[in-house]
Amino acid sequence: MTMIFKKIKSLEKQIDNYLDLVVKGGFLFKQGVKYYMESEKEEFQQRLDSLNETESDGDNLRRDIETRLYTETLIPESRGDVLGLLEACDRVLNLTAETLNQFYVEEPFILPELKNKYIELAEISISSLEEMVAAVRAYFTDVGAVKNYINKVQLYETESDKIATKIKYEVFRKDVDLCQKMHMRYFALHIENIADEAEDVCDRLSIAVIKRSL
Amino acid sequence: MVWFYLLSGLFLGWSLGANDAANIFGTAVGTRMIRFRTAAIVATIFVILGAVISGAGATHTLGKLGAVNALAGSFTVALAAALTVTWMTKLKLPVSTSQAIVGAIIGWNLFTGSPTDMNSLSKIISTWVVCPLLTAVFAFFLYKLATKIVIKANVHMLEQDTYNRLGLLLVGAFGAYSLGANNIANVMGVFVPAAPFKDLSFGSLFTLTGTQQLFLLGGIAISVGIFTYSYRVMMTVGNDLFKLTPLAALIVVLAESLVLFLFASKSLEQWLISHGLPALPLVPVSSSQAVVGGVIGIVLAKKGRGINFRLLGKIASGWVTTPIIAGVISFIALFFAQNVFEQKVVDRAKQRQAVMKRIDEENAKVHTIKDAAEFEVREKK
Repeated sequence: MTMIFKKIKSLEKQIDNYLDLVVKGGFLFKQGVKYYMESEKEEFQQRLDSLNETESDGDNLRRDIETRLYTETLIPESRGDVLGLLEACDRVLNLTAETLNQFYVEEPFILPELKNKYIELAEISISSLEEMVAAVRAYFTDVGAVKNYINKVQLYETESDKIATKIKYEVFRKDVDLCQKMHMRYFALHIENIADEAEDVCDRLSIAVIKRSL
Repeated sequence: MVWFYLLSGLFLGWSLGANDAANIFGTAVGTRMIRFRTAAIVATIFVILGAVISGAGATHTLGKLGAVNALAGSFTVALAAALTVTWMTKLKLPVSTSQAIVGAIIGWNLFTGSPTDMNSLSKIISTWVVCPLLTAVFAFFLYKLATKIVIKANVHMLEQDTYNRLGLLLVGAFGAYSLGANNIANVMGVFVPAAPFKDLSFGSLFTLTGTQQLFLLGGIAISVGIFTYSYRVMMTVGNDLFKLTPLAALIVVLAESLVLFLFASKSLEQWLISHGLPALPLVPVSSSQAVVGGVIGIVLAKKGRGINFRLLGKIASGWVTTPIIAGVISFIALFFAQNVFEQKVVDRAKQRQAVMKRIDEENAKVHTIKDAAEFEVREKK
């Protein structure tokens, strides 16, 4: 019996660690965007490398969790939902790494007066990611609290939409080349997508919560 | 020859194991919370234990209803019940072994002119109605209590899953014990008055009475039914009939097991009486109907609607049709057994003794054998 509970505890720890990695990825992304805007190349590079590493660790850990859930035939009723949720969380983490890599590869030109807005957009998008992770954690331990976190994710997502629209609006009224306008719009869109993806995870979570009713 | 006569009872045991084990482990196996092998082993062990240790209570009530006292009679009565169950299952009509055997025994009483104890009969029939109702009440309150505890405990989903599995296994073991204790009467009850076995002593350790040996055999037949055929039924119960959450499934099985146990345990009956509480009669009841009652209890606790009243009506109609069909088949089969195959389906000497014993028990004023015969005639009427 103790053996079974030991196994379960270790899997719980793995799931917790995985969610920690998603939060860490969000934090590194936020920092990375900030250092890019401040033209601190070295700091930016450090965050980018860490984020890539975090993303890869996350992939390995997620695969391990999925394999254990199936081979040890745990939570047969909900493992499909849990797997779907972990994979959806992984897409959010991948998106943060992908977007920061695009900053590195494409080195987009950002108008100085808009830089703070980009930092703000990144912060709000990552806040929605953090609330998403809190919602997923609550799904495992305190189903009743999930709804509160989902509400917060929706609030942050709406806010990120507003900031992104504002950025795009201002960009297209500046006297710069169209290619630069398109580039700036494209990056606002990518950062905003993180919040959108977090909201998608929560939509999925809402259904999983209904299915987990006692 | 004894073994041949026991065959119909063993067949009844096999069909009970094949069908009724699903009422205990169906959801757990169907939803893959417990492996079939584990469930079958646990069910086997506890069904046999329940049958041998606590099987006497419900059997006694059946024996009072009608003491089938010749082996060929027991064989025919059990065969009539088994045929009824098989035939009605084929016609997809709800059927319970308990109701079939009662009908078949009454068929024997009518054929042999033995008195039917109306007191036992009314006890048994009222139990059929009370059993699903009581299970529904148990399931309702147990579910309310369990959800409160689970919500308060805030246990991690994975740990909750482990507790659920453990609970399903423990409750399943209890359910199997109760099933063995309560339903062995259906399988072997009719063979008890004509029990062919002598007591077996295992040194000073323990003694297996003839009845217990019969119950052991019946328990083994139930186990064979579980191992050979119950998997399919379990998968149907787990996946098709009712989609229950693991916690709800646990509560349904617990409520069902408690009710089966209440209607089977002599020691519980004595305890209740000694504490001035009302005791339930020890009667074989239908585990399938208990499960339906349990599910209705859960639906009510969840404030859900959509109770299928047509299904309920169908089950209630089984209370009437099953014993009548079994009774008719039993009567006809006994006629053939006695007149075509020339078998002794009733032992008149034992029958007279049983009547005398009852007269003694009821303190009727009887001075001569003639009086006893009159009493018998009155009972027949």
